Amino acid sequence: MTDLTQTTPTAQLPAGASRRGHRIRALLRSRSGLIGLIIVVVLAVLSLMSFLGLTPHDPIAQNPPSRLLAPSGEHWFGTDQFGRDIFSRVAAGVANSALIALVAVAFATVVGTLGGLVAGFYRGFSDGAIGAITNVLFAFPPLLLALSLASVFTRNWFTIAVAIAIVYVPIFIRVVRGPVLTLREIEYVKAATSTGQRRVAIMLRHVLPNITSIIIVQITLSLSWAVLTEASLSFLGLGAPPPAPSLGSMIFEARTLVTVAPWTMLAPGIVVVLLVVGLNLLGDGLRDVFDPRGNRKR
Amino acid sequence: MNVLRTLAHNRVLRRIAAALLTLFGVAVVVFIMLRAIPGDQITANLGTEAAGLTPGQRDSLTRYYGLDQPLVTQFFSWLGNVVTGNLGFSARAQQSVLDLTLSSLPVTFQLAAMSIIFALVIGIPLGMLAASRPDSMRDGFGQLVGLAGLSIPAFLLATTLMSVLATSWGFNPNGQGFASLVDDPLLNLQQMLLPSLVLGFGIAAPIMRTTRTAVLEVRSDDFVRTARAKGVPPRRLQFKHVLGNALVPIVTMTGLQFGYLLGGAVVVEQVFSIPGIGRQVLLGIQQKEYALVQSSVLVIALAFVIVNLLTDLLYRAIDPRVRA
Repeated sequence: MTDLTQTTPTAQLPAGASRRGHRIRALLRSRSGLIGLIIVVVLAVLSLMSFLGLTPHDPIAQNPPSRLLAPSGEHWFGTDQFGRDIFSRVAAGVANSALIALVAVAFATVVGTLGGLVAGFYRGFSDGAIGAITNVLFAFPPLLLALSLASVFTRNWFTIAVAIAIVYVPIFIRVVRGPVLTLREIEYVKAATSTGQRRVAIMLRHVLPNITSIIIVQITLSLSWAVLTEASLSFLGLGAPPPAPSLGSMIFEARTLVTVAPWTMLAPGIVVVLLVVGLNLLGDGLRDVFDPRGNRKR
Repeated sequence: MNVLRTLAHNRVLRRIAAALLTLFGVAVVVFIMLRAIPGDQITANLGTEAAGLTPGQRDSLTRYYGLDQPLVTQFFSWLGNVVTGNLGFSARAQQSVLDLTLSSLPVTFQLAAMSIIFALVIGIPLGMLAASRPDSMRDGFGQLVGLAGLSIPAFLLATTLMSVLATSWGFNPNGQGFASLVDDPLLNLQQMLLPSLVLGFGIAAPIMRTTRTAVLEVRSDDFVRTARAKGVPPRRLQFKHVLGNALVPIVTMTGLQFGYLLGGAVVVEQVFSIPGIGRQVLLGIQQKEYALVQSSVLVIALAFVIVNLLTDLLYRAIDPRVRA
């Protein structure tokens, strides 16, 4: 599975496009990476369809005469107890989950990477302060922290994303800080310091590019956690308020219908699992590509 | 003086001090969350009736709750209350939050303990099986189960299991009122079976992955080759030499998963109507009883910090190399 010609990010490689091409080919060669990529692309197309309003039916429009219909040519995944088309709702649900997960992880990536960079590169007081904040946030079970934060905010998709982001900031800080500690002692960083470059410039130009691979892998894995967290929150009734379709709340509503109309739970259930599996596989594949030693500890 | 210096250098004591500091930070965060809730404590406690208050009544209530004090004073008086066991009062349950917590916490601990047992029973053998022949069919099977554990949300597994077992086999012990372990052990264990299986399955995945990596790593160590050359029987080699040395990362991972467990407990307790502390938090949120929510969250974080501390200490006990 691992490609031994692919070396650690610090090694000398022909720069730019060819290296990128090499990695993409390595990702496509790894089985888990390829499967993950396909699943993620298919679901991305599905959510794009929903964003553009291309789903066969309106995901919110109720249509009582056609309630709880089994899957058919007209309604691919059947209809729910209000006669809403489940395929369209699942597509909209994936779109909402993806939006929340992307915004949450983007926020966590930027804040966490910055925090980890500063803590690892400057050490001293900033390291202590950032470390203390990280420790405190880590003292809360992840889902519980998201839940409490979500209960404090007025709920909409954005505040849910922020609640999830706050949970993942410390993870990025920790993941980034470690390698930065090693990098700051490496010769070329010392050389840059001795030529009198500004510390911020060194941090951004010489340290940050060398941790991008770690950050990319972490982003993919965090996306899968973020999707799971969002789904759990909306299952518990703490997600974005209805009628906005969400995979978690669809499963919650379907739990009493599962014996009469199993498709009401099947479709959102399978899609949420697929989404998380796809992101996990893609993350595993990327990790194999970027880190040939295959560190599977976390 | 010598004693003091030894104390300062003692890693265990330093670790305990760090945990206490973290707990203080946790209290600050919980307090800030309490303040950040839209509306103040008066509205939170009285609900819609707060709109009917005269300015005079509002003033006296403000003074009663100490809301006219500076935030720092409010924080320390709240912290003082919490430390002395005054966690607030739940109007809905007509009980103190301390009493509620004392009855719900053991339930969650029982759930957690049973889940960890399930997770270890599923995860360790599967990890050893996967490691016994890397990149083979059995390895693939192990990886697949691991991926499923990581990817199937607890709420989905819980709802599906409950409805399928209830409809096809009529097995629905959770449909009756909750029985405590003391009152009706048999019914209690039946009621706890599915929830702890669901939670255990979720944690089995990372435990399986950790076991696999650790076993593979230890197996390539020199001392294993020496033991094999010496003629140690394969079974003894596998369990005593390999697994014994792979235990450190497994214990660490199990401890780390406790956080997942406490969070997942919220979901699973809700689905199976189990009156644990996770459900208490959720009920508090739904009924807008913020004192209940804050205290419960604080108690859970406390439990989590203590478990992390214990894991760390246990890890030192297992691995002589980190002992200091």
